[in-house]
Amino acid sequence: MLLSFSIPKRFPPLWQLVIWMLLAVGGIFMIMPFAWTLSTSLKAPGQIFTYPIVWIPDPPVWENYRQVISIVPFGRFYVNSLFVAICATTLEVMIASLAAFAFARMRFWGRDQLFMLYLATLMIPGQVTLIPSFLIIRAFGWYDTYQALIVPGVFSAFGTFLLRQHFRTIPIELDEAAQLDGASSIWIWWRIIMPLSTPGLVTFAIFSFLGQWNSFLWPLIVTSSIEMRTLPLGLSMFQSQYGVQWNLLMAGTVIALAPLLLIFLIGQRWIIRGTASGIPVSRL
Amino acid sequence: MTQKLSKRTRSLSLPGRQRTLFRWRPDQQWDGYLFVLPSLAGLVVFTAFPVIFSLVISLFDWNMIGKPRFVGFDNYAALFTRDIIFREVSWNTLIFLVSIVPIQMACSIMLALALNLRLRGNSVFRVVYYMPVITTIVAAAIMFQFIFDRNYGILSSVVWNLVERWSIPITPPDWLNHPGWAKVAVIILTLWKNIGFSAIVFLAALQSIPKELYEAAAIDGANVWHRFWTITLPMISSTTFFVFIILCIGAFQLFGESFILTRGGPGYATMTIVQYIYQSAFEFFRMGRASAVAWVLFAAVFVFTIIQWHLQRRWVYYETGER
Repeated sequence: MLLSFSIPKRFPPLWQLVIWMLLAVGGIFMIMPFAWTLSTSLKAPGQIFTYPIVWIPDPPVWENYRQVISIVPFGRFYVNSLFVAICATTLEVMIASLAAFAFARMRFWGRDQLFMLYLATLMIPGQVTLIPSFLIIRAFGWYDTYQALIVPGVFSAFGTFLLRQHFRTIPIELDEAAQLDGASSIWIWWRIIMPLSTPGLVTFAIFSFLGQWNSFLWPLIVTSSIEMRTLPLGLSMFQSQYGVQWNLLMAGTVIALAPLLLIFLIGQRWIIRGTASGIPVSRL
Repeated sequence: MTQKLSKRTRSLSLPGRQRTLFRWRPDQQWDGYLFVLPSLAGLVVFTAFPVIFSLVISLFDWNMIGKPRFVGFDNYAALFTRDIIFREVSWNTLIFLVSIVPIQMACSIMLALALNLRLRGNSVFRVVYYMPVITTIVAAAIMFQFIFDRNYGILSSVVWNLVERWSIPITPPDWLNHPGWAKVAVIILTLWKNIGFSAIVFLAALQSIPKELYEAAAIDGANVWHRFWTITLPMISSTTFFVFIILCIGAFQLFGESFILTRGGPGYATMTIVQYIYQSAFEFFRMGRASAVAWVLFAAVFVFTIIQWHLQRRWVYYETGER
């Protein structure tokens, strides 16, 4: 009885209903651009501007999609984006976890000072390093290549920091036992630390992948040929050429967005949990 | 026995130190460096060196083809005296900062509070509000370009609809070609895209508040409003600070939103500092000037963050009692 008294009363049902309605209205506002895009992508040019607004085009013009794919090599953009994002994510996770392992588990001269420097680089905005990075890429002869798209993004001080925090939660006795059995550092890293950190690694990998996949400014700068364009760039190029043919442009947008939203719907638990721990989804 | 002994020797040999796996052993002293090497090499080449290089470039007048000409701090001086466009883009960025950050903070706290009630369909709401966050900025901006379009946009449709039905004498604004409305359009797009992110961060903070606090307050007769101001807000204040800093830095670095939605126009009405860097460097090939702008931006973000860091002591509550 005392218990029922002490628990704060839930919101009265009327208020709950009001809040639910507000959430729903906001949700409709969030969904509306997607729905409108999908709807327009299936309309004939003459149906685009009608009022009252038509949400479900009759008949749906699937021809738009066929036309978009025949004008713009979206397949190639897909392959580029996928290749770049997968390579970059793999490398970024590997490189960051190696360094994180050293910072979390090993002792060497200057370790903590070096780690402070890593943290300091987190403050440097990408815009400062943008122009010199571009010049370095050009000097390497990497302009308009996959290396240019992949390599500069795989060295992540943030990832090192994040994984170091994860690695430190694993009991040190495991390493000690393995070491007594004569295991090398690299064995301990690969067979003990990495498998035990799977949740942290997966979260980091998903965010790294999303960042790479959505990256826009850097690919814009270091590529010039159509063959090297990633999906966001290809879409942007398509927009500047076919900006007035809204039905086609919207079909292109749907093509570019669909897999990403699908991945999100499947992995939304991981992504939302990662965000809850404060990992931002952003990249140049 | 041996285990006991080794534990004791360790605690004796390393008083007050954190236990780490590897002692300083001659055969292992290089292992750490080997593990750090790939990451360190990359950060030196693509972060540390570029920072210094960028500072050097900013002292030169250079179009990437000709010979660089040393001009000292003239690039910086020009920004603050002669460069009218820089003044305008800084002003724009500031307007975006002071409008986006407070609105997003307020909306996402309210959204997080609503999601925290766990009403029916809660997980669906979470997914729906988060969807724009993972959307490619190019796609998001193109979708909004269509929404704001004068002739075909859904906003115009709605307004024309009203006009026709009730003969209200208004015309929809030409969102993307009007200096003021174009800014509003960029703000709406940015809010739509990012609100889910900060709401989820706040939601996590709300869920970590111990229930006992609310129970105690309820016994003391505090109503919902009191509990919000005296428990919820103080308990999430460290998250509020984190989100605030992240959002401010994000606003300083706004680029894709306005670059795709309005191309920075009309005129320079929605151009941000980062787009100005891009334009100066890769369209007008003024590498020195662009680098100088990047450094001014860096300095602004840095000073701003330091000031906030000092101010936080007055309003951020840390449970550990430190600070």
